Amino acid sequence: MARRADLILVLIHLPIANLPVDVFLILGMGLAVGFISGMFGIGGGFLLTPLLIFIGISPAVVVATVAPQIAAASFTGFLTYWRRRSIDFALGGMLLIGGAIGTATGVWVFTMLRSVDMLDLLIAVSYLSLLGTVGVLMITESLQAINRARHGKPADLRKPGSHAWFHGLPLKMRFKRSRIYVSVIPVWAIGMIIGFVGAILGIGGGFVLVPMMIYLLRVPTVTVIGTSMMLTLVTMLAATVLHATVNHLVDTLLAGLLMVGGVIGAQFGAQAGHKMRGERLRLLLGVLVLMVGMRFAYELVASPEDIFSIRQIGKS
Amino acid sequence: MRRLLCTLTVILIACDVWPASAERLVVSLSNHRVRVTSSFAGEDLVLFGTVEPDRGQSLRASYDLVVTVTGPPETYRTRRKERMVGIWVNADAREFVRVPSYLAVLSNRELGQIANAETLRRLQVGLDNFLLPQRIGPDIADTVRNDPYRVAFVRLESDKGLYRESANAVTFLTPTVFRAAIPLPADVPTGNFAVDVKLFADGGMVARTNSALEVTKVGFEQYVADAARDDGLLYGIATALIALGIGWVASVVFRRD
Repeated sequence: MARRADLILVLIHLPIANLPVDVFLILGMGLAVGFISGMFGIGGGFLLTPLLIFIGISPAVVVATVAPQIAAASFTGFLTYWRRRSIDFALGGMLLIGGAIGTATGVWVFTMLRSVDMLDLLIAVSYLSLLGTVGVLMITESLQAINRARHGKPADLRKPGSHAWFHGLPLKMRFKRSRIYVSVIPVWAIGMIIGFVGAILGIGGGFVLVPMMIYLLRVPTVTVIGTSMMLTLVTMLAATVLHATVNHLVDTLLAGLLMVGGVIGAQFGAQAGHKMRGERLRLLLGVLVLMVGMRFAYELVASPEDIFSIRQIGKS
Repeated sequence: MRRLLCTLTVILIACDVWPASAERLVVSLSNHRVRVTSSFAGEDLVLFGTVEPDRGQSLRASYDLVVTVTGPPETYRTRRKERMVGIWVNADAREFVRVPSYLAVLSNRELGQIANAETLRRLQVGLDNFLLPQRIGPDIADTVRNDPYRVAFVRLESDKGLYRESANAVTFLTPTVFRAAIPLPADVPTGNFAVDVKLFADGGMVARTNSALEVTKVGFEQYVADAARDDGLLYGIATALIALGIGWVASVVFRRD
């Protein structure tokens, strides 16, 4: 205890997490994650959530508290892309319909699993499968791109007329700004998945949503990030309100500190990101994503330090 | 009838006075209201007290003192992990019903030297002897003290500094004046705490008194905690608006185009 006290500079007691944390540690974490999020154009929740759990804040509080932090970060991005008129509001609106259902279901599942001691397992397994898959996909894709560039071949262009099975689905809609004509069913499904994992895992889901929109819906690069930020913004705002109403676990003080660090870090990250080549950036992000996934795998498989744990279940 | 009442009263007074032998305890806490502010990092409370002779009787040569501090009751689940198809999952859990959220047993020497095991058990002195009721099926009862869940619960709470048994936390400044240090960790639960002071001599309890303290969140801490608990919806909307505000400020400050 005494040794830890020497390292801690400015302690602040968090009202909901109910423990003291070092202000500069939290601001620093916000900065670092903000830097990465600005660099790759993602929310960074998948890094922030594990980090906060690692410093000893209860996973339930972390998941609920990261939501407003991601909302703040994506609002900054949203405004930037809005000024550049690169947000497809029609597509974003359709994604949101699915997102709303997904978020509500996610918060409900979160509450239910928390009461049967399965939340930690769900968080770890979901992180592992999601990050593992996305990480491996990104690494292979970017390595191929780097290889192609080295051999002087042109980038893999969108093949005209290539259709997956879901392109034959009914309820087709034309999204003018993105210049695509797709069925709204896969759009709703994607929105639902993102809303659901966002509410359960405390992530915005940008790093899953962007590839899905590019590869499945063929959304062009111009509108993809702005539109994905619109979905992230609204689902995270909804998750904040729902987690606060249902579970009372949102720590506004912690969220505020993270936001301040995050929005500043994101500016520097964005500048660094512009200087790097796209495929290199994707490779780096893929490695990062996979590493976080492996960390969760290790936790599940390795013998725990203590097989017992305690959870407070209220004043009943 | 009146005679009967008189007799009863006499017996009651006699019973009240006679076994409560020669000593009286007078104690005082350094602080009855601990305020948890945003700079709260734990606090050490001090309990002062003296052993007073009662009604002209004389005092003994030496005393022992045990102070038991209990925090507001809470219910906890103690979960045990097990390996299932290669991964570790919470396999089993026991519920500890309305047990103290803080429990400190402070004494001037090892409990075993103060009184025998039977006396300590009867008086619930010590972490091993304190009743920690578990929900077992439809019943609520304390189990044997080496029950693995009970042992794990006490150990985990001790690791957090919320449960403790300390044989050197009470100091006798003179044979009759003592002070006890009550350490409250930074994540101390809020609510009413009971302080139970037991005086021992020659292996038996000779006097007992109690005191109380309150741990409350104040200022911003309390405001946020109350709002989160009582007005979840408003609190959530306020948090969402703060997020939008900070996001907007950032986009204005760092605007380049």
